[in-house]
Amino acid sequence: MTPFAYARARTLAEAVGSGAEHRSDVGHSTGTDFLAGGTDMIQLMREGLRRPARIMDVTGLAGLDYIDIDGPVLRLGALVRMSDAAAHPQVREGYRVISEALLLSASAQVRNLATLGGNLLQRTRCGYFRDPGAPCNKRAPGSGCPAIPGQNRLNAVLGVSDQCIATYAGDFANALLALDARVRIASDQGERVIPLADLHRAPDQTPWIETQLAHGEFISAIEAPTSFATWRSHYLKVRDRRSFEWALASAAVALDIAPDGTVRDARIAVGGVATRPWRLSAVEDRLRGRRVTADVAREAAQVAGDGAMAHGRNAYKIELMRRTVARAIEETGMVGGTAA
Amino acid sequence: MTRDGGEAADPDWSRREIMITAAAAGGSVMSMGTTAAAAAKIAGPAGDRTIDLVLTINWTEHRLTGIEAHTTLLDALRDHLHLTGTKKGCGLGQCGACTVHVDGRRVNSCLTLAVMQQGKAITTIEGLAVQEALHPLQAAFVEHDGFQCGYCTPGQIMSGVACIAEGHAGSDDEIREWMSGNLCRCGAYSNIVASIRQAAAGKA
Repeated sequence: MTPFAYARARTLAEAVGSGAEHRSDVGHSTGTDFLAGGTDMIQLMREGLRRPARIMDVTGLAGLDYIDIDGPVLRLGALVRMSDAAAHPQVREGYRVISEALLLSASAQVRNLATLGGNLLQRTRCGYFRDPGAPCNKRAPGSGCPAIPGQNRLNAVLGVSDQCIATYAGDFANALLALDARVRIASDQGERVIPLADLHRAPDQTPWIETQLAHGEFISAIEAPTSFATWRSHYLKVRDRRSFEWALASAAVALDIAPDGTVRDARIAVGGVATRPWRLSAVEDRLRGRRVTADVAREAAQVAGDGAMAHGRNAYKIELMRRTVARAIEETGMVGGTAA
Repeated sequence: MTRDGGEAADPDWSRREIMITAAAAGGSVMSMGTTAAAAAKIAGPAGDRTIDLVLTINWTEHRLTGIEAHTTLLDALRDHLHLTGTKKGCGLGQCGACTVHVDGRRVNSCLTLAVMQQGKAITTIEGLAVQEALHPLQAAFVEHDGFQCGYCTPGQIMSGVACIAEGHAGSDDEIREWMSGNLCRCGAYSNIVASIRQAAAGKA
């Protein structure tokens, strides 16, 4: 690890005043990185993928580790540990897709360290990005993308560009996307609230810019409005091994099912297949007004692959995504034991 | 990095040294970024490259002076305090060999900085036995042969103790899921699961 200066932020103002950066374009480096749980940052620094001159430890900031479910919104402080959010009784009961997505992420030890805010900002697991000896447009702009013609079995098929096909690795953000969650962002200019859907960016021509966070901006909280989606929801993750593994394909599904068994509303997001958390509105549209059966789920999921682009070894992901979405819809229909 | 006798005898050491050298060479591509970073204006507290700190490990306070800020908890334990029971495997949070407890929760000591763990109660494998009496899970590992080479064992046991305390050892499947952060390259998994099951039953 390249040596750095360590500072511990005593106040939020001190943290956001540090100019800590959120992109890997070294030409724009301010030299400061935030450090919270550290489970990705320390890996990145050890591998020489991040070399900050200064670390701003934000874990001492007071009042950012709350879980508040009073009223119509679930509020999660950015410094809540993944394990605490996943195990919270009201989150497990009322926001099942969140609890499941968190518990299907990483390992028990990692979840005890990692924070919710940091989890949203984890970097891709693309092997070329993680290999400091390889070219990578995300890490070293303009150096090329060896994944496009190369080892891309784990890379994305949705939201790709001719510059980058790296998969967004997280699970939690996909669950939040299905819940229409918002992200509260602090900066030295004050505070703004944006839809989670707007936080992450597809690579397009600037793959090194992964979120819309500006230098110094800090995710302080995550908010998920309570709705039908929060109590009949489910996260399904398909992996190479059964536990402690990234998704090949995953689906976050929430359904509002009327007493007559028809779907009033549906929200579906996928992970492991796209360059950012990805909503499947076309599949949602196909479910509305219909009863959830295996055939209906399979037929609706057919359009999940619309617009997808494979690069050889990852072609299987398009069909895998369809089947993952179909199965997740079926399983969500069973949540609460009132299958349609 | 300090080498102790155990490390020197470890056949993995030379491979690791080569990997570290390779990483440093590969990293030189990024040196321009470091220069740019150093030149950039630093707002707020400048921070410190070396730090004096106090860590509470196995109920004993340890004072460390002049520690580099980027020292992980794992390296502080092994290289500065010579508590070499905690093992370094991948250094990336993927193998679990470095598992310790911080305030009663299991964490990968390779993924956190020592400076961030001040004021917390750290327990390592050295703190598990009470004098000569093994912890029930240590005894169960001996009884069930829960290891072959033994390198992953301290991490497995620290993780297993937490797994039982969390209430996640109710069945073999549950144990496997909640122990997935600990790899065993010898493949002693069935005996590890049996050890945890026995210790969990003893606790109930």
